Amino acid sequence: MATQTAPPAAQGELVESIRVAVPQRGLRHDTRAVGVVWRRELIRFRTDRLRAVTSLVQPILFLFVLGTGLSSLARAGMPPGLSFKTFIYPGVLAMSVLFTAIFSAASIVWDREFGFLREILVAPVSRGSIVIGKCLGGATIATFQGVIFLALAGFAHVPYNPELIAILVGELLLLSFTLTAFGVMMAARIKQFQAFMALTQMLVLPLFFLSGALYPLNGLPTWLTALTRIDPITYIVGPMRDAVFAHLAIPGFEQHLLAPAITWAGWAVPQWMAIGIVAVMGASMMGVAIIEFRKTE
Amino acid sequence: MTLPASISDEIRLDGDRKPVIVVAGLTKRYGEIEAVRGIDFAVARGETFGFLGPNGAGKTTTIKILCTLANATSGSASVAGYDSATQRDSVRRNIGLVFQDPTLDTYLTASQNLRFHAELYGVPNAALGPRMRQVLEMVGLWDRKDDLVSTFSGGMQRRLEIARGLLHAPHVLFLDEPTVGLDPQTRSSIWSYINELKRREDVTIFLTTHYMDEAENCDRIAIIDNGKIVALDTPEALKASVGKDRVRIHTADDGAAIASLASKFGLTAGMSEGAVTFAVTAGEQFVPRLFAELGVPIRSVSVSRPSLDDVFMSYTGKTIRDAEASGSQAMRQMVRMRGRR
Repeated sequence: MATQTAPPAAQGELVESIRVAVPQRGLRHDTRAVGVVWRRELIRFRTDRLRAVTSLVQPILFLFVLGTGLSSLARAGMPPGLSFKTFIYPGVLAMSVLFTAIFSAASIVWDREFGFLREILVAPVSRGSIVIGKCLGGATIATFQGVIFLALAGFAHVPYNPELIAILVGELLLLSFTLTAFGVMMAARIKQFQAFMALTQMLVLPLFFLSGALYPLNGLPTWLTALTRIDPITYIVGPMRDAVFAHLAIPGFEQHLLAPAITWAGWAVPQWMAIGIVAVMGASMMGVAIIEFRKTE
Repeated sequence: MTLPASISDEIRLDGDRKPVIVVAGLTKRYGEIEAVRGIDFAVARGETFGFLGPNGAGKTTTIKILCTLANATSGSASVAGYDSATQRDSVRRNIGLVFQDPTLDTYLTASQNLRFHAELYGVPNAALGPRMRQVLEMVGLWDRKDDLVSTFSGGMQRRLEIARGLLHAPHVLFLDEPTVGLDPQTRSSIWSYINELKRREDVTIFLTTHYMDEAENCDRIAIIDNGKIVALDTPEALKASVGKDRVRIHTADDGAAIASLASKFGLTAGMSEGAVTFAVTAGEQFVPRLFAELGVPIRSVSVSRPSLDDVFMSYTGKTIRDAEASGSQAMRQMVRMRGRR
């Protein structure tokens, strides 16, 4: 019983208040703050199972409904033994983290409207650690989402090869981080929840369609080629597709037709560089977000 | 070897009995709107200091500047010996803040909310358990610590926020409209918790309010209107400065009574809540004269000491409710302007 366990103070006597020393800010303290923000993100995700389920609906629709439906049309362009579903699987896998990552940043806008952000902003921690914690948290839950979709790889005839899975998870993590950083950067400027949702909704599908997730990046008209090269997701879908195809043994497979290298005016961008581009973009968008959060009104 | 932060802060505050909060020439503009227009005040250690004024008077803006959430346009503010603009982290370590709007994470339990707060402030793990229990017992929520905050009533949430603001044992606790939106019973229970914590913790409290009765709990009050401090003193001194008692009478003919008060006594009376109301010095001695000389039958009479309402009225020429109404009009105008942009 609460009343019995209460100290004498509850009966009106004066007790010594417990002294608490708040330490000076340091690297250790900032690391702890990154952890707090990161953990909060995970707890929220765990309590919101509906979100986890609903964000799987779209990639499943793309893979099984669109993928199956278009198979007969696409068969002409596929070597025998390669299904269209297998072809689009890496791109749809990237899509499975797209929504979760960007919308995880929406909670910043939400928290701003509902006050919790202020509780964090008035704490003696660097703005940087708040943003980093947020980006890592969003990246973690989005990757988790991607891993669930990765479990469905067999339905798209993608083998469960440990090496392949490790590569794909790594690439998903990087993509999730960059997308969350993008969302956080926008959330730093956009103060209204509706506006943020509308803007991200508007951006998500173009990002997906221009990434070459559903078609190979060759023989495209110049305007479309240019747009695909601007889309950061292109630079991760390419390596992901390469990884999948490297673990398939398909006779008569012509890599340059179905999974051509990403080129800039004829120059093939090496894979390490494509991945590097995504990483650098993520880091710089996170940097912009930190600068934005450092500003006080 | 430097001193641990809390000890050095102790010396800063103890060594020279400097005020805990010092504000000088503070102004804040938001574009066209001047929210704070040059205010000065100081708060002594252990004091409960209140900002009383209508919504939109500049109270929250002042708190935001003191708490490092906004930059002043000009002037300076220091809290616990640190400058609010240049030594933000040091200020943040030494203050606790309870915001006007709830800032709890309703997805989490009460103790999870406190735990997160403790980590953000780097409260040592060894101290956390006992301290958490102490603050939760202080606000009567210890037995609800494992419940989700979303199941808490408004009053419980506010109490939990006060507990959270105290968790890291700050030197200054800021309460921005601590009881706004709560029913009168809950408001008075929140105040008994605040008074209890003042007795127990060595803490200076800075609060804002637009409730007169709430301001009575303060050691000193600054009355703020239109971004300026118009009066600053203890509640008693402020009320004494008005000097006049408020007399309310019910009569057979109110119109005739008002006319007669003006012609026979030179008093300006008005109708307020269905009664003829006026202010007069030494109201009790005035009542016999009133009955003898008014010439209009009086059905009832009441005399009250000046309240903070009267103080606000005498310094600003309007009641706080009137000021509120015109303030929210200005706010609506501002929103419209923003919308157009």
